[in-house]
Amino acid sequence: MAKITYIEHGGAEHVIDVKSGLSVMEGAVKNNIPGIDADCGGACACATCHVYVDAAWTEKTGKPSAMEESMLDFAENVEPNSRLSCQIKVTDLLDGLVVRMPESQH
Amino acid sequence: MGDETRGVVIVGAGHAGGTAAALLRQYGYASPITLIGDEPVAPYQRPPLSKAWLKGEADASSLALKPDDFYAEAGIEMILGTTVTGIDRTGKTVSLSDGRQLTYDFLILATGARARTLPLPGADLKGVLSLRSAADAEALKSALGPGKRIAVIGGGYIGLEAAASARALGADAVVIEREPRILARVACRVLSDFFTSYHQARGVTFEVSAMVEGFAGENGHVTGVKLGDGRTIACDAALIGVGAPPNDELARESGLHCENGVVVDDHARTSDPAVFAIGDVAWRPMPRYERMFRLESVANALEQARQAAAAITGRPVSPHEVTWNWSDQYDLKYQFAGLPFDADDIIVRGDPANAKFAVFHLKGDVIEAVEAVNAPAEFMAGRQLIGQRRPISRVRLADMTVSMKEVAA
Repeated sequence: MAKITYIEHGGAEHVIDVKSGLSVMEGAVKNNIPGIDADCGGACACATCHVYVDAAWTEKTGKPSAMEESMLDFAENVEPNSRLSCQIKVTDLLDGLVVRMPESQH
Repeated sequence: MGDETRGVVIVGAGHAGGTAAALLRQYGYASPITLIGDEPVAPYQRPPLSKAWLKGEADASSLALKPDDFYAEAGIEMILGTTVTGIDRTGKTVSLSDGRQLTYDFLILATGARARTLPLPGADLKGVLSLRSAADAEALKSALGPGKRIAVIGGGYIGLEAAASARALGADAVVIEREPRILARVACRVLSDFFTSYHQARGVTFEVSAMVEGFAGENGHVTGVKLGDGRTIACDAALIGVGAPPNDELARESGLHCENGVVVDDHARTSDPAVFAIGDVAWRPMPRYERMFRLESVANALEQARQAAAAITGRPVSPHEVTWNWSDQYDLKYQFAGLPFDADDIIVRGDPANAKFAVFHLKGDVIEAVEAVNAPAEFMAGRQLIGQRRPISRVRLADMTVSMKEVAA
């Protein structure tokens, strides 16, 4: 289980307990948090679950796979701490994770 | 907007219907919303049914589009396990199988498509399956396992994904295809050849240019698929994956204009301004191609749900999206965008032998469509270039040492 803070582009914060094994994207979608679209449902096929991982958490969340990197390469407003949230698996180690959503996923 | 207190009735609680309901609220629609579905479950994702879910890598709760309490909290009335039996467009009412009648200001038809059946001898034997709903997927999953053999009729995405999942579960799979190559309707020859080899290397057998004449059975259960050449392919179960015709009967009966699905404009509006049709059931304009099409994809369901919700709430409709879709088989990620109707040439970037390549369909120097296998950069860049209609350098496109970023620059 991990407590994850999802921060909308406008600043609104949502703090949610997400079960280990789910992806950070699923945590958002299952709790109806706006800002993550996840059109393909987590198949790493659409790049609409884009998030910015807080600097304090980039090491613990790890690096994206080559597949994810390629997808991210063509998403909008990508930063060095950008990730596709459907590819970040939640574990106890991510308790306290903070992610920010971009202004739009499309 | 006038006196709109009856609200929106959405017929069909699948991906398009569920999304339309949620978007209406997101866009500020305050009148009643009723979502009616004939399945006993709330809107869920179908793509995993032939992939992760079938392989046991996802559970039912991970399929739901929204959390259970979403609909009640959003004031969306859910009527599940119920069919709409008729539409009275003059009186603006729909009749339900439970005897009720609902009134509407706007009606959204999201009745989707159904798995095409084959009316052949033995088709009603136990073990002759389709794959459309979660219930279908349960039946299919039970039929797969080590030592089992499944005959897959139809070499399209459903068939190939099921074959790949069958192999992952230790079952044998034979794919029986009517055309001379698999994926004939939806992909180019390079892709057909690639997927045939990839599947064969993983133990799948193919019978192409093969007509199915019927099913053999014993004790009411299927034991084989009878081919036109006289052979019978032995099997423990058969999956029919030969396409999905639109569920447009309700629309036809109510007098709406239908072709291969319910005819709509680029706001997903039907021939009746108070009625929309979205998702797999819709026959829609494809502005880039100057023709109508029925796009069977999640992306289309989402785009048309956005169009209908925007039209109803008076929001501007977003610009047309490039059509795209995906198919996961084994460890392959196959992503494709655009449609190659007007293409006059293809460029293969990368080598299919490495299972990392893309086929670009061009009209002159403009990319019209891209089919990418394990090549997300090619897919993403291709999709952008298709939308921009920007000419590119064919030489650079074919050269893997030039990154897609550089090609697209």
